[in-house]
Amino acid sequence: MSSTATAEAHGHDAHGHHEEQNFFLKYFWSTDHKIIGMQYLFTGMFMALVGGFAVYVFRMQLAFPGMSVPGYGRVTATDYNALVTTHGSVMIFWVAMPVLIAALGNYLIPLMIGCDDMVFPRLNRLSYQLFLISVIILFASFMVQGGGFGGAWTAYPPLAAKAEYNLTPLGAPLWLLAVVFEFAAFLLGGINFVTTVMNSRAPGMKMFDVPMVVWMIIIASILFMASVGPLVAGAVMLLFDQTLHTGFFDPNKGGDPILWQHLFWFFGHPEVYVVLLPAMGIVAEVITTFARKKLFAYKTVLYTATGTGVLGFFVWAHHQFIAGIDPRMANIFSVTTLLISIPVAEMIFVYIATLYGGSIRLQTPMLWALAFIAEFLVGGVTGIFLGASGADIYFHDTYFVLAHFHYTFFPIAFIAVFAAMTYWFPKMFGRYMNEAWGKVHFWGTIIPFNFIFIPLFLLGARGDHRRIYDYTHFPDLMKPGMQDLRVLATLSLVTLLAFQGVFLVNFFYSMFFGKKAEANPWKANTLEWLAPSPPPHGNFPGGLPNVYRGPYEFSHPDRQDDYWPQHVEGNQS
Amino acid sequence: MSMTRPIATTRSATGISTGKLAVWWLIASEIVIFGGVLGSYIMHRLGHPEWASQAAHTNTWAGAFNTLVLLTSSLAAVLAHNAAELKDGKKAAKYLWLTILGACIFLVVKGFEWSNEIHHGFTITAHTFWSFYYTAAGIHGLHVIIGAIIMAVIAMDAAKGKDLQRVEAVGLYWHFVDIVWIFLFPLLYIAK
Amino acid sequence: MSDATTAPAAHDAGHGDGGHGHHEDHSKHYIKIWGVLLVLLVASVIGPFIGEATGIQIITLITAFGIAFVKAYLVIKHFMHLTVEKRYIGFLMLTMLAFMLVFVAGVSPDVMKHAGQRWTNDAAEAVVKKGLAEDANGHGGGHDEKKPTEGTPPH
Repeated sequence: MSSTATAEAHGHDAHGHHEEQNFFLKYFWSTDHKIIGMQYLFTGMFMALVGGFAVYVFRMQLAFPGMSVPGYGRVTATDYNALVTTHGSVMIFWVAMPVLIAALGNYLIPLMIGCDDMVFPRLNRLSYQLFLISVIILFASFMVQGGGFGGAWTAYPPLAAKAEYNLTPLGAPLWLLAVVFEFAAFLLGGINFVTTVMNSRAPGMKMFDVPMVVWMIIIASILFMASVGPLVAGAVMLLFDQTLHTGFFDPNKGGDPILWQHLFWFFGHPEVYVVLLPAMGIVAEVITTFARKKLFAYKTVLYTATGTGVLGFFVWAHHQFIAGIDPRMANIFSVTTLLISIPVAEMIFVYIATLYGGSIRLQTPMLWALAFIAEFLVGGVTGIFLGASGADIYFHDTYFVLAHFHYTFFPIAFIAVFAAMTYWFPKMFGRYMNEAWGKVHFWGTIIPFNFIFIPLFLLGARGDHRRIYDYTHFPDLMKPGMQDLRVLATLSLVTLLAFQGVFLVNFFYSMFFGKKAEANPWKANTLEWLAPSPPPHGNFPGGLPNVYRGPYEFSHPDRQDDYWPQHVEGNQS
Repeated sequence: MSMTRPIATTRSATGISTGKLAVWWLIASEIVIFGGVLGSYIMHRLGHPEWASQAAHTNTWAGAFNTLVLLTSSLAAVLAHNAAELKDGKKAAKYLWLTILGACIFLVVKGFEWSNEIHHGFTITAHTFWSFYYTAAGIHGLHVIIGAIIMAVIAMDAAKGKDLQRVEAVGLYWHFVDIVWIFLFPLLYIAK
Repeated sequence: MSDATTAPAAHDAGHGDGGHGHHEDHSKHYIKIWGVLLVLLVASVIGPFIGEATGIQIITLITAFGIAFVKAYLVIKHFMHLTVEKRYIGFLMLTMLAFMLVFVAGVSPDVMKHAGQRWTNDAAEAVVKKGLAEDANGHGGGHDEKKPTEGTPPH
């Protein structure tokens, strides 16, 4: 474990912890935001292995149907459903959200706004504990009779509601309960984050001096808070349908399964912006630092992100175009869906403009940030096809959709996260990661990634339906070349997974044996780089900083240095 | 184990106290939760006029009495806030305990109401109207219970003159719970 | 209600008496509001009776639901002091309500209505018809587990 955070602050004792805490208290009962951030990070990393294992198994099944998968065994149809469900749920709820929002938010926010912790440290600890409980419940769901839930992460009734259909009478409610606990953890966390940023900013830090990643995490937290409510209601209803046999979603009892879909997607769509915005925030931090250039249009990015978030509440039924919704609603949602591509594209344009004319250094974090822009672009553009409800009649539930959302989700959950990890690792652990191995990991991830999902676009366009465990049953989908594409995708996946070993070794080795890093190795401007690497309990041993300028004052013409940290005194427009 | 409050908690760039700001955000997220429950109920209710015969069996007097109880408990909560403003921690605590008493009465009435209904066969699975009835009122009741517990903790501190600013914050939460009931009452009891 | 009764917001400087520990006692005001709330409660219970008796549904709607809004507003303004709070707090609450309206607007064509442009929800319509028929026979179903009717799920 890291040596962050709990070294006693020298002489600066606003915290009354006079005794050295034992290992358990220090690392498992801490209220320090950095420790809690690490807890989320390591939990999220572990869950990524779980989600990665799940996809390895089911893709092996697809490439080599019926054969025993090394490390797992033969994959039955029920297994397949559970694996697909696990992969989706875990990657979104237990990897992307915890790492992007909870880990990075917890770690960075107090540092970047120049204060010593979150405003509610004990609530923070409770949030992690609720989250951990959700992980435990999820694992419990795998181990009960019948196995883990197999109704897909979207959990549509009647499949999700009736055990006689889903065959997981215990797994299904446990899965749902795990999700509910996860939501509770993030609601509490969100309140903590937003209140902290609103109230505890360093003196002199005006709204537009706040680093973009902090803004993005805040907007994401607000979007989450505003969208999860109906799904919480729906989850309770589904839980009752599963366990008490109520009929909320049962048409024979006066309920309506379409209601679940709406409750789910009313949250589900803003959810993608909940994870996208922090990823974009990370990229903003990295590209400004590694292009030595200020963000091209800070306010535009901010307002556009807010606009995207708001507009994101008006598009949800594009996930339901062919579910039997009223066609007039499909028209409306088609229009709004196509419209939302505009603000997102706007942000990408601003990032490109930020890079233009910059003094670009291609260190590992920057490689990841650039890859994010390129790969996310592909994802965004393919979303346009899907947003047109007419085209979606063909594409819905094909691998085209899947490839689209992986070209968006993978950059969000992995590419941006690797950018963040390689960028903030020196701060978190006081040591550098190995740059050469970082580049090996980068190329070993990006190249296979594309070789996984481009074939899936092609397969989807040719008719491959999602959530099918064995295509050999479908003559139309076994035309020449199609199975080869599936095998190519699978082998590329195995390659990609293997290269993550490089990252893990680099990460853990560097944590203990990497070259020691100073406070500001990248010569960046934001306040976290003022704190020592790693920061002690209380963050700023020299006293909490004041702020005198914006976060991206790079290459200022009047300055000799090409950076101008926020906390350094001196006047600035 | 007590923890020294971080400097972060004492700052207030917005001018709103930290605890109060947090409760407003909490209320905002709760609006969406209850909105989801109630919105779903309303849509079903309007689409199923035949539910009226089920709804006729709700106990309007119990509902009205409980509304009275909650409104009075809101009064107690705001009087607690008033006392806290006047720095009278003991009085604030006294009013908070009265609020909690209101919560207990509410729950007891609900208990009798529900057991009576269940006794007559109107269980949560009897009809989807009742599914919504128990779920909506149940989620609300859960918020009453949790609110009462938190309020008790704050009352005990307030009696010692500690953290009086929390009285207002918990009062805000309580008023929100009251407002949800103000709408639940006509929706579940009157809409026949 | 007299306007001098806007109660001070806790902790804020610059409100009312500048937050220097010298707040007025507003208990009488709060009790007055409570009295109004009780009157409204009575009206909201009696009103539907009259509405049922006369058959004029609008009376039920206005007294039961309209008054609910008034009660809520009184609690919001006088007990929660939202009207003297920073303005964006009120906007935040309204925004959340607006999202709920968007939700209902987007979902009701599918869930509330049982037929639309080129589709019908046969199962739901059957359930409604059956239920109304039973009511007409003076015999509401719904004691314990109802036997599910034969109906195909929508779509």
